Amino acid sequence: MNEQNQQTLDTIQDIKRIMERSSRFISLSGLSGIAAGICALVGAWFAKQKLDDYYVNFNKGGYTDSGFHQLKIDLFIIAMLVLGAAWVAAFYFTWRKARHNKLPVWDLTAKRLTINLLIPLVAGGLFILAMYQYNEWIFIAPACLVFYGLALVNASKYTLTDVKYLGLSQILLGLINTQFVGYGLYFWAAGFGVLHIIYGFVMWWKYEKNG
Amino acid sequence: MKNPITGLNKIFDNRIRLGIMSVLLVNEEINFNDLKQMLEVTDGNLATHLQNLEENGFLKIKKGFVGKKTNTTYSVTKAGEKAFADHIAALENMIKGVK
Repeated sequence: MNEQNQQTLDTIQDIKRIMERSSRFISLSGLSGIAAGICALVGAWFAKQKLDDYYVNFNKGGYTDSGFHQLKIDLFIIAMLVLGAAWVAAFYFTWRKARHNKLPVWDLTAKRLTINLLIPLVAGGLFILAMYQYNEWIFIAPACLVFYGLALVNASKYTLTDVKYLGLSQILLGLINTQFVGYGLYFWAAGFGVLHIIYGFVMWWKYEKNG
Repeated sequence: MKNPITGLNKIFDNRIRLGIMSVLLVNEEINFNDLKQMLEVTDGNLATHLQNLEENGFLKIKKGFVGKKTNTTYSVTKAGEKAFADHIAALENMIKGVK
């Protein structure tokens, strides 16, 4: 290839790079997904212990208001801890990747990604809290999965496209869960734990393994 | 304005102007600071090139406020879109070796 052609090709690649970088947040790290997945699995394990304890007492002494109330509080605390830990871990690995690539972590694309992720996520979160308030247990896990999936599909327009498939998988899993309502925690662990780890690994493999 | 041989647009010879147009093509509108961060250029440099593109009718400037601070946003015009598309086509043709 002659020099002029090489120059032209460089220009086109420059254009492509700038277009991509200014429209999508590309620093999202696969390790963030893996870390969030591990947090979710640990949280699910603790939740399972609490539920088992509750049912042991239930079988011994029957239903008590205080026992049920305590379970609600315990599960809520676990959920908040998982959310917090997953958020921090996810942010850390993405921040690390951005720094490694010498890109700003909080730029226009990051803001767009965050807003578009948060709209369905906050709506879903408030909806789930309302179900919780009325002790409507059976659809909490499916609703978590479906709303989170919708949030990911929505946000995927502003970051790596793989996120869309993670979102679709979460939605599918949530919908299947509506037909197996006694197994919410298992579906929840599969979606927030296993799927995060799988997709996180795939994204790491695709984009970061050699970086 | 156009190079008669290659069809390349002289205005886009400059890397910063090319960069500005690339950003504007994929973003409905963008403000000065985001553009500056994206292209890693200085205020003065960016302002000069933005003015040049505006004088050529390739971009629109909208002045607004965010709180009390001025917020100037830029978006591409139809003419800008066309000129940029022609420029890309010319680049493509050069690579393919067609005139």
